[in-house]
Amino acid sequence: MSQAAAQAIAVTRALNAVMRDDRGRLIAALIARLRDFQLAEDALQEAAASALVHWGRIGLPDNPHGWLLKVALRKAIDRLRGGAREAQKSADLAVLAVGELDETEPDMIIDNRLRLIFTCCHPALELKSRVALTLRTLGGLSTPEIAAAFLDAETTMGARLTRAKAKIAAAKIPFVVPGPEDLAERLTSVLTVIYLIFNAGYTAGPAIKRDLCEEAIYLARMVNQLKPCEAEVEGFLALMLITHARRAARTDDEGATVALADQDRTRWDQAALDEGVALIDTAITRRCAGPFQIKAAIAACQVAGDEPDWPQILALYDGLLRYEPTSVVALNRAVALAETGEIEAALAQLAGLAQALDDYQPFHAANAELLARRGRNTESMEAFDRAIALAASPADAAFLLKQRAKLQK
Amino acid sequence: MKYMILLYGAPAVEPAYGTPEFAKMMADFGAVSAKLVADGVLQTGEGLQGVETATSLRIRGGKVETMDGPFAETKEHLGGYYVIDVPDLDAALRYAELMPPAHWGTVEVRPLMNYNPAGT
Repeated sequence: MSQAAAQAIAVTRALNAVMRDDRGRLIAALIARLRDFQLAEDALQEAAASALVHWGRIGLPDNPHGWLLKVALRKAIDRLRGGAREAQKSADLAVLAVGELDETEPDMIIDNRLRLIFTCCHPALELKSRVALTLRTLGGLSTPEIAAAFLDAETTMGARLTRAKAKIAAAKIPFVVPGPEDLAERLTSVLTVIYLIFNAGYTAGPAIKRDLCEEAIYLARMVNQLKPCEAEVEGFLALMLITHARRAARTDDEGATVALADQDRTRWDQAALDEGVALIDTAITRRCAGPFQIKAAIAACQVAGDEPDWPQILALYDGLLRYEPTSVVALNRAVALAETGEIEAALAQLAGLAQALDDYQPFHAANAELLARRGRNTESMEAFDRAIALAASPADAAFLLKQRAKLQK
Repeated sequence: MKYMILLYGAPAVEPAYGTPEFAKMMADFGAVSAKLVADGVLQTGEGLQGVETATSLRIRGGKVETMDGPFAETKEHLGGYYVIDVPDLDAALRYAELMPPAHWGTVEVRPLMNYNPAGT
């Protein structure tokens, strides 16, 4: 291979690495300065294109991140000079002229990314757009990747992102960390968005290329780092770490879901579990309870010791019901109740939820399981059939088919 | 940045004239108007008469069609508006929250078009 070709490959690799790992940071810094999502994206794209040319000729710069930032900013200024009317132009350029661009200062970088996630998760945007925009700007996912994760057409997702960016500019959604009076509500929106990203990854499993669960954990770590000592953020990160730690044991060799009680515990990621449990312990000492902390505590109870502490889990679900009095939480509470031995009482509660959860696969699966334990096999079969018809993934359907097969023996 | 705050309410669920709820609504409107003035953000604002007084018009094929009633027959009608000048959407939403119809109707916040960028 020629020297030039080797050099070109090395440069491409280095550029791809920076664009993959640092894209969120670069975009955040650019948006902080330009206050325009689209302009920031376009400018960074142009800067990456010139990096390919220049780095190939002069070699890698000492600080590729700083190089890209400087060039992207220059590209943005060129665009503003070329495009806007005179008055607007001077106003925009004045914004840019405030000091030399010093984004190497760690505080500045951290602050920008936190502001960016609050902007992306602003309640003035549709929930799905918040999720998509967060993945695009902070996760650095491409539009096709996001479209694939949400089973949307690429053009639909592209149009959604464009609309969201245009609304941020037109309605002037601010680029700030909200003040104390709004912080709790807005932080909830940020955590909800990250949780949806996590759930999308959990449901999709390895079907999509980028692991959205890891993306979500990365974002949650970031928020926890930027906004430390928030009990709900810690509980939130703990919940995802504990859940994700079991991923390798969650499906068997044939790709069917494995129930928690039957999972091979040696396949759990012990380091992630320990980190999650330690985090939830810390969160609880802050004495500022919240739904994510309770969910994390439930997850911790399910993995602690040799078998889950069901009476404790039941008590935690009672606590969760106070925050989220939903049928789904009531269903989970009923399952915990059954595990403490109160199967008849649990079945009675399920009967009360039947109408509300008729389209919810886990309801029928739980009902089938409890009916089977009482020897009511015919009804159990019917419930299994309903659950299988509603199963969201092939792995879940395979699991349910296995359970139903046990009944027939 | 200028925003219009549009107040939508449904006559069926609004406080009735003469009730204590009506008096509270008027007092709350008085308070929010005073706050907008005191904060120096109020540009203009008006209340509208009921939709039974509305007349709509369109021109089709060069012919003026005049109709009795509002643009759309919906449960919630535009009842009034404010125009405020504030730094960003968060600030506008904070004022929108103070609008009495937020409790029974809907309050919509829309940025105004900027026809004169040089003036900003």
